[in-house]
Amino acid sequence: MPRFGFAALCAALLLCGAAVGTAQAEESGTPPLPNEQWSFGGVFGTYNRAALQRGFQVYKEVCSACHPVKHLYFRNLTEIGYTADQIKGIAAQYQVVDGPNDQGNMFKRPGRPSDHIPGPFPNDEAARTANNGGLPPDLSLIVNAREGGPDYVYAILTGFTEPPKGFHLTPGTYYNEYFPGHQIKMPPPLSPNQVKFADGTPATVPQMAHDVAAFLTWASKPNLEAQHRIGFKVMLFLIIAAGVFYAAKRRIWSRVH
Amino acid sequence: MAATHHGNQPAADTSPPASLPAGGHNRIIRWIDYRLPFVSFIEHETTAYPTPKNLNYWWNFGSLAGIMLIIMIISGIVLAMHYVPSGDHAFNSVEDIRRDVNFGWLLRNIHASGASMFFIVVYIHLFRGLYYGSYKYPRELLWMLGVVILLLMMATAFMGYVLPWGQMSYWGATVITNLFSAIPWIGQYIVTWLWGGFTVGDPTLNRFFALHYLLPFVIVAVVGLHLIALHRHGSNNPLGIEHRGPQDTVPFHPYYTVKDLFGLCIFLLIYSVFIFYATDFLMNPDNSIPANPMVTPPHIVPEWYFLPFYAILRSVPNKLFGVTLMFSSILVLFFLPWLDTSPVRSARFRPWYRVICWLLPLDLIALGWVGANPPAGVVVTIGQFATAYYFLHFLVLIPLIGKFERPKPLPMSIGEAVLQAGSHLVPSGSTERR
Repeated sequence: MPRFGFAALCAALLLCGAAVGTAQAEESGTPPLPNEQWSFGGVFGTYNRAALQRGFQVYKEVCSACHPVKHLYFRNLTEIGYTADQIKGIAAQYQVVDGPNDQGNMFKRPGRPSDHIPGPFPNDEAARTANNGGLPPDLSLIVNAREGGPDYVYAILTGFTEPPKGFHLTPGTYYNEYFPGHQIKMPPPLSPNQVKFADGTPATVPQMAHDVAAFLTWASKPNLEAQHRIGFKVMLFLIIAAGVFYAAKRRIWSRVH
Repeated sequence: MAATHHGNQPAADTSPPASLPAGGHNRIIRWIDYRLPFVSFIEHETTAYPTPKNLNYWWNFGSLAGIMLIIMIISGIVLAMHYVPSGDHAFNSVEDIRRDVNFGWLLRNIHASGASMFFIVVYIHLFRGLYYGSYKYPRELLWMLGVVILLLMMATAFMGYVLPWGQMSYWGATVITNLFSAIPWIGQYIVTWLWGGFTVGDPTLNRFFALHYLLPFVIVAVVGLHLIALHRHGSNNPLGIEHRGPQDTVPFHPYYTVKDLFGLCIFLLIYSVFIFYATDFLMNPDNSIPANPMVTPPHIVPEWYFLPFYAILRSVPNKLFGVTLMFSSILVLFFLPWLDTSPVRSARFRPWYRVICWLLPLDLIALGWVGANPPAGVVVTIGQFATAYYFLHFLVLIPLIGKFERPKPLPMSIGEAVLQAGSHLVPSGSTERR
């Protein structure tokens, strides 16, 4: 009977999970997210440095026109395979506000690796004014901040279609299959060959979307590789320790039974 | 003093000989122990502490809960060294911990998923007590102290969830503190007092941080009382009958220390999956968006461990009544030792109680599902039925079944039951459970 009860409990948990899943999909009225293959998926997943660098290029040349990556420093880019000199060069292309100087004035200077990557707007109000009232969200946590993570980012970037017949699109919005309510203020950001990848990868829209979603996953989860690496060792240790303690338990308890 | 206990232990070979005082041959330890009986205390409460020999793995969850409390306090103290409790900096300081503090991501994952693991462990521990009647004479206070710990944990977890200052932190805090406005006449004043202002804001965050740091140590103190009460009459056991002497017990160490260590490894394996691999599984995506008083998330949902109580709160349209029901759903546990009229503890010998005892977690899962979904249509109806059943369970079914149920005959002693089960089942090689 307790066995039956436990089985019933497990079955009920599974049913609940399924019910919650379907309820969420129905509620937002969006199709299920595409299931992209990510190099960082799975237990041993790691980031593909080439893809992250292509993704950074897409962010820099396209997304950064409106979206900041508030939590990233230039120095973080060493983690996606850039050398210290390359990063100095990248940072120097940006002007950052510093100060006050000895006269009490703020001034601009070229960026340094220790600076935050500057965003396109000085504040949220300026961002709204420039974007028809919409606030382009910070992208350095976007993968953590959306259900579906990288799949969602990929889906939004590739999900712009013609609205179905009879759908009333508010002026200033664009139809996107995967956006809740379908009306997004972001114009379709990617078009074929919009960027030119140094490694010769063809810049198709799905390719750019995939790479920038990978880059943004790294921006949200910079420790994913360390997590996977350390996690594996910890689990291995615990499995061995469990075996040892189980054997010790059997041996010690054999005196009682 | 410890010597009297050693004399009748089957595993006395692991302890110092019975003739020696605590500390054995070591003169320094003997000198200290004569003045400050710390070593005898430890020996009395662990090495020699007689424990029923038939405890199953459900009994692992008590020590697991204690270990979780220690893990949460240690990881929390280190996190507090880097965290900034201010509306302007809290969110960013948590991000800095994840990104720039050495192993900060590990500490943060240990602490954030630790809250969920702590509640899983405590809920199983609580269910163990319900199933085997551990709340009955003479362990009523032991049980009630456990309920106090649960309440303190809930308050601590709620305030801890506010600290990262994400959208769900802010709006969760707003919804839950607003519950106090349901108190007639003075409710609104109480809410303003709790907030330290006219909305959830900097003063709220600061006081929640102070209390979130304080309450775990209050929990430690109540856990101390819980253990004193436990060691007064010893652990209950799956048969629910008292042990009658040394043939029914084994010393806690090494028998249950080794069993607890094995259980701990299995538990840490599951915990590690959440720390290293399924980090997002227990996190609400909205909490990766900084708190914004101007934007309300579409669905404000509490953490999973509060969902059943959230569902009870929303099951009635009247706010005051809903709040009362929600608090009553925990408070009713205080009265359980007197609501249960059956003299038999273990559900193993109570055919009817055993059935409703398993229905209770199913009811709570239904309530959890209701709490996770927007309150509309069939969700509301299921929530109302499940809430009604929850109170029916404690206030009607438990008292009535205790009166009318005919329990199965109890074994004479733990030792006898273990031997019988053994002799029955030796040919089939099965466990003691029929």
